[in-house]
Formats: sequence, C-alpha cells, structure tokens
Amino acid sequence: MRTRWDALWTLVRLTGLSLLTLLVAGLTVTSLAATLIGLPGMAVSVIENGRTLTERYRQGLRDLGHPADSPYLPATGDDVARLRAMLTDPATWHDLVWMLTLPVTGVVYGIVPILVGPAAVASVVVVGWWAVPVGLALCAATVFAGPWLLRQHHRFDLWLLRPTSHSRLAARVDQLTESRTLASDDRTAETRRIERDLHDGAQARMVAVGMTLRTAERLVETDPVAARALLAEARTTSAAALSELRALVRGIRPPVLVERGLADALRAAALDCPLDVTVHIELTDVPETVAIAVYFAVCELLTNAAKHGGGRHGALEARQDDVALRVRVTDDGRGGADPSGAGLTGVRQRLAPFDGSVDVASPVGGPTEITLEIPCGSS
Amino acid sequence: MRVVVAEDQYLLRTGLTRLLAPYGVEVVAAVSTGPELLQAMVSLRPDVSIVDVRLPPTFADEGLRAALAARQECPGAPVLVLSAHVARLYARELLADGGGGVGYLLKDRVFSDDDFVDALERVAAGGTALDPEVVAVLMAGRGPLERLTPRELDVLSLLAEGRSNAAIAARLYLSGSAVTKHTANIFDKLGLAQSDDNNRRVQAALAYLNGQPL
Repeated sequence: MRTRWDALWTLVRLTGLSLLTLLVAGLTVTSLAATLIGLPGMAVSVIENGRTLTERYRQGLRDLGHPADSPYLPATGDDVARLRAMLTDPATWHDLVWMLTLPVTGVVYGIVPILVGPAAVASVVVVGWWAVPVGLALCAATVFAGPWLLRQHHRFDLWLLRPTSHSRLAARVDQLTESRTLASDDRTAETRRIERDLHDGAQARMVAVGMTLRTAERLVETDPVAARALLAEARTTSAAALSELRALVRGIRPPVLVERGLADALRAAALDCPLDVTVHIELTDVPETVAIAVYFAVCELLTNAAKHGGGRHGALEARQDDVALRVRVTDDGRGGADPSGAGLTGVRQRLAPFDGSVDVASPVGGPTEITLEIPCGSS
Repeated sequence: MRVVVAEDQYLLRTGLTRLLAPYGVEVVAAVSTGPELLQAMVSLRPDVSIVDVRLPPTFADEGLRAALAARQECPGAPVLVLSAHVARLYARELLADGGGGVGYLLKDRVFSDDDFVDALERVAAGGTALDPEVVAVLMAGRGPLERLTPRELDVLSLLAEGRSNAAIAARLYLSGSAVTKHTANIFDKLGLAQSDDNNRRVQAALAYLNGQPL
C-alpha cells in the first residue's frame, strides 16, 4: 500500500516538476535565440542548467533500476566549440523535447490522482448520496492504478532520456581505448621482463658455458683433472640456463596449452594445484589469445585459493555456450577475498581486452566463488 | 640394447646417438614424425623407444600420442618420453594403462648420462622413470597421502620416480630392510593389493600423481 501512495505522490510531484521544466525549456529556447545575436556563453550555461535538471531526474530513474546513464557526448573547448558540440549532440534535443513534453505528460498522468478526490466529492454534491460508492470506487481505482501510471510515465521518460546510440558508441570507444592502453602497457611490461630475464639469465649463462668450455679445451692436455672439473661446471651451468628458459616459456605460452589446447591445460593446472580440485570442462573452440588469458587467469585463481584460502577442496568448471565462455573457480577456504586486491585486479586486466568480467563472491568464512565470463561463444 | 629414437631436431638426434653408443645402446632407427615412430615401434620391436613429445607435422603432442597408440598395439612396449617441460597430466596418461615400461623425463636429464642410461634400462626392463620435477613436492596431505608419515612420503616420491629399493636406501641413507618396511606400509596405506612388485610401484606412482585412490 505504501508504494501505491508513494506512486501517487510522485505523480503529483511530477506535475509540479513539469512547470519547472517548462520554465527551463523556455529559457533554453530563448538562449538558443540569443546565440543568433552572439551570446554563446549564455546558451551554454542555460543548456548546462537544463542538463543538471535532467541529470538529477536520471539519477532518480537509476535509483529505481532503470537504465538511465548519462547520454552526453563530451563538449570541450571555448564557448563556441562547446555550444557546437552541444547542439550536434542528439541528447540536447532529447532533453529539450522531454522538458517541453513533461508539462503535457505530467498533467495527463498527474491529473488523475489530483482530481479524483475532488471529482468524487463533487459527484456526491451534484448527484446525491447514492454516488458515494461510485466515488469510493473511483478513489480506490486511482490508488491501485498509481504504480501502473507511474510506470507508463517512466517508460516515456526513458524513451527520451536514456543514452542515445551516439553516446553508447562514445562510451564504448572510451572503454575500448582504456582496455587497449592497459593491454599494450601490459604487453610492454611483459616483453621488457622477458628481455631482461633472457639477458641476465640464459644469455649470460651461455656466455659462461662458452668461456668455461674454451678454458677446459686449453687445459685438457696439461691438466686433465682441472679440465674435467670445468666441463662438469659447464654442464651444470647449461642445465641452469635450460631450467630458466623453461620457466620463461611457461610464462609466455604454456606448453600444455600449445600442445593440447585450453581444456587439457586447465586440467593440468588443476592437477598441479595443491588443493584437491574437481574439474568439469566443456569447451568447443576458444581462440588462442583468449585461451592464453583464461589459462593464466585460472592459474592465478587456483594459486590464490591454495595460498590464501586455506581450504582443502576446490572446483574448476569451464563451459562455453553460443554466447559466452564461463569459468568458475571455487574453494572451501576461509573466504574474504578482496575483489580489488592485486591478484584479482590482474585477472580483470588480463580479461579486459576481451570484454571479460570477473565476479567475486567471497563472504568471510567462505566459500569463495569466482566467475569469469568472456563473451566468446562457440561458433 | 636396441633403441628407436623419435626426435625431429637433428642436433639432439645425433647427440643422443653419440651419447648412448659408449653404453652399448644401438639406435636401430631414428625417426622424426609420429606416424614413422608408430611404424618403427610396431615393426622393429625395439627394447625401448626414446620419444620427444613434440614432433612434426603438428608440433603439438604428436610424439606422445604416437607412443600411446603404439602401446595400445603392442601392450607394454617400453617408451621413454622426453620433453623440454614436464606436465603431471602427461605422466598420468602414460602410466594409466598400468603396464609399466614407461619413462617421462626432461630433456636436460640426458646431461647426466649415467642416470639417463639407468633410467633407460629400468624402462626397458618394465619399470618406470618419472622426472623428479613431475614428482616434485605435492603439498603433503592430499587424500590418502595424508595418512603417510613424512618419511614414507620421501620414499613414495622416489618410488614414483621409479627408483629401486636399493637406490632409495642409498638416497635416503636407510637400510634396505627399512625401505622394504616403508614400501610395504605405503602399499598398505594406499590400499594396493598384493600383485607383482613392478605393477604395485606403477600404481603407487599413479596414486601419488592423483593424490587420491584409484
């Protein structure tokens, strides 16, 4: 009942708001006219005031769970440039139309709750006491129709106020630019690390091997014992170089992934995890770049589960349908994983170039359940 | 000993042949692809085959697959798989038929030729040789392994590598009878029934890799 009264009250307030928007719309139209006689600054500030008003209204719609994100395209530069950007932004015109029509719709939707009470009283006065049931029925009908009326009103609002196709595209471009920058920064850091590892590791060791072999070669006749010791040393050094190279390769393109594909690579990772991990995998075809990102993401999650979770059992599920690839890693540890910690942020960044998302459910006391979703359906 | 070598890199192929010659190991065929390996194993019946996991034409796990296929055709045909990296997953697949005569080592292990030839001989004789890196520290306390004492875990990891009781005794500075007692306890705790010793050792290695009963 509470919400029904709220709905009626909101409708009444909307009628009041409509008077304000009418005023702002009037100002907007006037200021647009003013630009014709050379006052772009004034036009800009009036449009901005209108935006402040509609933005506040959008916030209200968002609070109710409607998709009313801000629709404006960026407007920068001097007054003329900003005015031009604003005037070419469809959202400005949508706002204006909304402000001009709110008085109409506000009255149409709001008039019912405003007038029903008086109308009921009036009908009793005019027609007589036998109209009382009719009046009561009218009032009751209004109370019940309130939420429906409000919903209709919001539908109309959203039609004009939700993000335009332009602003959705602009938002998407922003998001892609950011994820691309992240990805390429990541890649640069990665190649730098690889270069340094090779330079300080395997390369340096192979130089040492070469020098040791040369010395041994010279000593082989004069001091065979020393030569033999040097040869053994060369062998040890080259083994160390190999093991470094192996670790490096595993960090670039994991061998099992290359040889067997993602499903077996995930199985191998689960097998290497100190937790007892049950595995369920149904994958059809995953592009290699996505596979590598998912593999490292899952390795990170399994490592976290083993290191911080303190549990004994885990589960790894990976499924692919025609919409997305979903991977879920769970453990029976103590929970409380920090979604903005370094590990999970790294996972999120790894998946960002593929529009992947990371969902963390880890109440204190456990269990922890982390879901990765990448929009990469089976074809 | 008659050996087939499947390795696509010329340097490694000739290197292996040269390394093994002083030990009386004769390379009867050196092949470089999966199908050739399968054919050589089936027609030449070598004492053991040395196989690189990654072979042409796919450069995926061609060698491993061919070796597994050959063992289906000739059960128990000894295979020693070499790779630049080792994965527990592959070890489990190789051991899965329970037949023994299986080795799985990092390529670098050929550096210590004595050890390598020892592993080769164990595999040829129907035993196992798993790389210490495959067997390397699984966190203690997974499944039935939890019931083992730390000492028994030490013994089990060497057992999983395919070492003989004598070798385990030497490695851990134990007496032969102590090792026998430990292995008996391990078999018991893992629920491995009496059967021939080789077979039980393979089963123990598998249990170790799985961390759970079979």
